[in-house]
Amino acid sequence: MDYFSILVVDDEVDFLETLVKRLQKRNIDTVGVTSGEEALAALEKRRFDVIILDIKMPGGMDGIETLREIKRHQPLAEVILLTGHGSMETSIEGMKLGAFDYLLKPIKLEDLMAKLGEAFEKKNFHDQKIRKAQIKELMRFPGRVFQQEKEK
Amino acid sequence: MKEGLYRTLKRKIITLTLVMSLTPLLILGAVLYYQFESAGREMTREQIRYRAQAQAEAVDLFLKERTAILNAMADTHDFAQMIDEKNLARIFEVMNSRAGAFVDLGIIDSRGAHRAYIGPYDLRGRNYLDQSWFNEVMIKGHYKSDVYMGFRQQPHFIIAVRRHENQQAWILRATIDPNRFEEIVRSAQIGRTGDAYLVNREGFLQTRPRFEGDVLGQTAIDTRQFGGRVTVIELEDAAGTERFYAGSWLNDNKWLLIINQQPLELMSRLFALRQMEIFIITLGVLGIVATTIFTTRLTINRLRKSDREMIELNAQLVQSDKLAALGKMAAGVAHEINNPLAVILQKTGWMEDLLEEEGLKQSANIAEFRQSIAKIEQHVERARKVVHNMLGYARKMEPRLEDVDVNSTIDQTITILENHARINNIDIQVDLAETVPIIAGDQAQLQQVFLNLFTNAIDAIGSNGTIEVASWRSDDHIVVTIKDDGPGLSEDMMRKIFDPFFTTKDPGKGTGLGLWVSHNIIAKMGGGIHVKNNPDKGAVFTVEIPIVIPEKK
Repeated sequence: MDYFSILVVDDEVDFLETLVKRLQKRNIDTVGVTSGEEALAALEKRRFDVIILDIKMPGGMDGIETLREIKRHQPLAEVILLTGHGSMETSIEGMKLGAFDYLLKPIKLEDLMAKLGEAFEKKNFHDQKIRKAQIKELMRFPGRVFQQEKEK
Repeated sequence: MKEGLYRTLKRKIITLTLVMSLTPLLILGAVLYYQFESAGREMTREQIRYRAQAQAEAVDLFLKERTAILNAMADTHDFAQMIDEKNLARIFEVMNSRAGAFVDLGIIDSRGAHRAYIGPYDLRGRNYLDQSWFNEVMIKGHYKSDVYMGFRQQPHFIIAVRRHENQQAWILRATIDPNRFEEIVRSAQIGRTGDAYLVNREGFLQTRPRFEGDVLGQTAIDTRQFGGRVTVIELEDAAGTERFYAGSWLNDNKWLLIINQQPLELMSRLFALRQMEIFIITLGVLGIVATTIFTTRLTINRLRKSDREMIELNAQLVQSDKLAALGKMAAGVAHEINNPLAVILQKTGWMEDLLEEEGLKQSANIAEFRQSIAKIEQHVERARKVVHNMLGYARKMEPRLEDVDVNSTIDQTITILENHARINNIDIQVDLAETVPIIAGDQAQLQQVFLNLFTNAIDAIGSNGTIEVASWRSDDHIVVTIKDDGPGLSEDMMRKIFDPFFTTKDPGKGTGLGLWVSHNIIAKMGGGIHVKNNPDKGAVFTVEIPIVIPEKK
């Protein structure tokens, strides 16, 4: 598997810690945070390929709000929603806001890994398309390189 | 209990309506009834009073006329002329031709000797000096006798007038024909029961009554009961029948004309009216009673029906409220359980990961660890399934709108279960509508509903039985009924059947979620599932699916 980085956002610390440990054991670059605010702060610092986001978090920003912010700052990051709750409406809203998919807790790591793989592939595909476009553009206007670097 | 209330209410309404409508009618009827009676009596009384008066006047007039003729004859002829019997005979003739009813005529001189006589009896030469009437007529100048037998031994009465002539007085005396007189009196009698006759002050009959007694007989009537002018009294006759007696004095209050009559006879027309009244009122009463009972029954039935509808509606409302509340609770419970389950699953996963490490792999109990972890995971999975079922997510369901043919969905479901049914010797009879509209819905969900219902039907029957499935279109719904001939449902089961975790199956065999989920699925589609016991045997589930026409693509 290609190297990729994951951000897990969940208020359930036990769940979060264990999941992070397990993913790291599988050599996946994983960071865990317990709230929407922390997630956005983490995203300020660095990029993540896939974000696993619990929809229902008490206090502060809930999952949907966080998702909206994430998509504003990093439209290319794929988001997988996690829910322990049966509310289909929230999941549908999440999908409309651009989440990659949603999963119902409890979930086996194998299933999650598979979903992560799909998400990463999609992300990769997008990234490559963008990169190709950028290369094309660079070949036409080599001077833009410096500008691009600055934006990143 | 409810029936008792209806009965009481019905009785109250009927009683009140009848009392309120019959009371005035009956009072009016009774008043009219007695008014008829008393008005009839009053009328009869007036009638015979009038007749007695008129007849008395007529009789009086008859007597006065006769007296006047006698007076005129006496005044216009002198004694010498009178005693000449040829002259007297002519006078008698003139008198009879002018007035009639004279039987004989005689002249009596001042010494009481009968000097001349015209008539059928030989009364000549008799002397009347000792007779009381002779004195009376000599003093008063005129006299009318009561009816008496006299020398001739025939009931009769006389009129006599006195004439003064040259210090001599003589008397002209005439006998009145009792038959003619009686005729005049009797002309006042009418009907079958009417009678008219004369009595004198002492109560002796002066004319023959129609029914009882003869001339000069004593009547039972006390003449003193009759006052001046006309008096009407009511008496019972010998037979106990009521009679009205009207008496009018005449002939200087010497005679009393009595008219009597059974009032009932004269009132017969009134009685007919009264019968009519009773008939009409009876009809009215019957009409009111019938209408009251009919309308009350109608009202009560309508009330009963709307009550029943209300109860059903309430039950449905309570049911759907309950299920909605349970749904919310289930969602909450699901969240609270799924999160711990997620943690458990991650922890066991982590343990599995760690067991792969070299050092631990050497542990003597590694197999035990692995087995325990597998068991934990297995039971987490079990719990997860329960929660997912509870939420209606047996599989990952996204609400999809596709073209659904209800009939073919049923057919497919039956195909799945056919084997299972055949093993248990259960016959599935299918009577589907020829065509049903294609609706927009989720075929998988609908199939799950039918699957649940069929499975339940099969489980209810156990073995050897029939399931009947039918579908038809009713307005804007497709109705599907699934009927089994199992044991049916108790009232308690009926109430709880759509509740989550309610099951009659052996522990571990059913989750008790099937009907609940089915109910939710159909409710989400805007329809309903109802259950009823079959009158003969078993239960019927009715599914109403609203017809939502798919959008044209």
